[in-house]
Amino acid sequence: MHLGRPTRGLLAAITGLTLAVIYLPLVVVLINSFSSSTSLSWPPPGFTLEWWVRTANSAGARDAVVTSVGVALASTVIALVLGTLVAIALQRYDFFGRSTVNLLVILPIALPGIVTGIALNNFFRTIAGVPLSIWTVVVAHATFCIVTVFNNAVARLRRTGTRLEEASADLGAGGWTTFRLVTFPQLRSALLAGGLLAFALSFDEIIVTTFTAGSGVTTLPIFILNNMFRPNQAPVVAVIAVVLVVVSVVPIYLAQRLSAADVDRR
Amino acid sequence: MTTAPSAGMTRRSAAYLATHPRVRLALILSAPLTWLALVYVVALALLLVTALWTVDGFTGQISPTWTLDNLRTVVTGALYRTVTLRTVGVALLVTVIDVVIALPIAFYMAKVASPRAQRLLVIAVLMPLWASYLVKAYAWRSVLSQDGLLNWLVAPVGLQGPGYGLPATVITLSYLWLPYVILPIYAGLEKVPNSLLEASADLGAPPWRTLSSVVLPLALPAIIAGTIFSFSLSLGDYITVTIVGGTSQMLGNLVYTNVGAANNLPLAAAIALVPIVIIFGYLALVRRTGALDNL
Repeated sequence: MHLGRPTRGLLAAITGLTLAVIYLPLVVVLINSFSSSTSLSWPPPGFTLEWWVRTANSAGARDAVVTSVGVALASTVIALVLGTLVAIALQRYDFFGRSTVNLLVILPIALPGIVTGIALNNFFRTIAGVPLSIWTVVVAHATFCIVTVFNNAVARLRRTGTRLEEASADLGAGGWTTFRLVTFPQLRSALLAGGLLAFALSFDEIIVTTFTAGSGVTTLPIFILNNMFRPNQAPVVAVIAVVLVVVSVVPIYLAQRLSAADVDRR
Repeated sequence: MTTAPSAGMTRRSAAYLATHPRVRLALILSAPLTWLALVYVVALALLLVTALWTVDGFTGQISPTWTLDNLRTVVTGALYRTVTLRTVGVALLVTVIDVVIALPIAFYMAKVASPRAQRLLVIAVLMPLWASYLVKAYAWRSVLSQDGLLNWLVAPVGLQGPGYGLPATVITLSYLWLPYVILPIYAGLEKVPNSLLEASADLGAPPWRTLSSVVLPLALPAIIAGTIFSFSLSLGDYITVTIVGGTSQMLGNLVYTNVGAANNLPLAAAIALVPIVIIFGYLALVRRTGALDNL
């Protein structure tokens, strides 16, 4: 199919325009975080660092960051362990119900957050009788983070094949020794990438969090949501929003680099 | 020497495991399966059960008395019908807008751009996908606010932006899910072999004919895969409509209010079944197109 120059130009223009619209609102938030207006008015009447200073000194914001990092770290650790185990089971064994297990891992991220959220809320409060706390958030986050670790680990296991593991077994190594000295070193960078994604996913999450957090638990997204509707807090929210984007995009970028480097090396 | 017995036992159990792959598999799978089954499958199943229970009017406690009242309320209540129709309408509109915007971009990325530009474009589309959902909704709150960027832009031509409300919700949701729609369609178009496009052109088809008779039918499963994201994510959303929707409510808001303020978890569970049923219905509808393999 030979597209004429005008058609190609038109397609390029549409693509460029859409990308501009995709990035524009994020740029507006960045600029608003330096705006001297407290009500998101555009164009900014002047620029100031006041909101950045105030946010840096805000105990509430700091606590929220600490809470979010804690939740994200704990969920990532759980997701790393469970995701690796499922990946090994699905990639190295053939068994009845294999595709069901596969579906089970993907389901928490495939269903809308509100379904996962209310199901867990109901499970904790009504059925298990566990009061909502920071730990219920960790359990919820870990559940939907398993899939990111799983995806990375499965892709790596598929690629490395079983030859080295068989050689290790032939040389007399037991299952644990083979995992420690052969499988794990091969998996390491894939697990790092999956872990970074899981961390970012948990750090950002809002819907499931609102359903599973105890009343005193304020993660950074909850802090933003609470402050968004308060008058004169808009620029502070903009500052935190910028921080949130940077903190979540950097791990993603690193994870992509890790996966890409891996493909190149092959 | 005191470790000898335990070392011997370790060796024996290792030998046992080496010859019994089923036991090994059971050990590996037990932790993750217990977690997923208990935390997720049981939780989902119990959501259905809770929808059939009731709340004690005096104590506010949930009592396991079986009743179909919640389901009846949701199915027959005028409020729920209105909100369901509104939510489905918003989700459909968002999906159509996203597909219309995503198609030319995905096509440009897959079939027109140079390999270098292609790589850069994928990154450009991917990065905002990972930026926080909340931040993106908040960004549109800034853009659409009374003296925000949009009104400032259109004021010189005598227009006014939509302000907060359902149109703002549709705009913001379309924005949020656009990368989720672009990427599967791009991946699907990438797989359409160029030789087929050339063959179509050689046989005399003008570009639009090649598009409609060759490209679209081959890319259809990928397009539908994209619509699953935008449709299902919009159906369950309640944060965006809270942020930019003014006083409009979607199904998610009703669920959230009943979990929190109204303290009626059984009714909330019954309302949550509506998006679940709609999504599974949609999945069943599109399953035969092979779209699910493109997720």
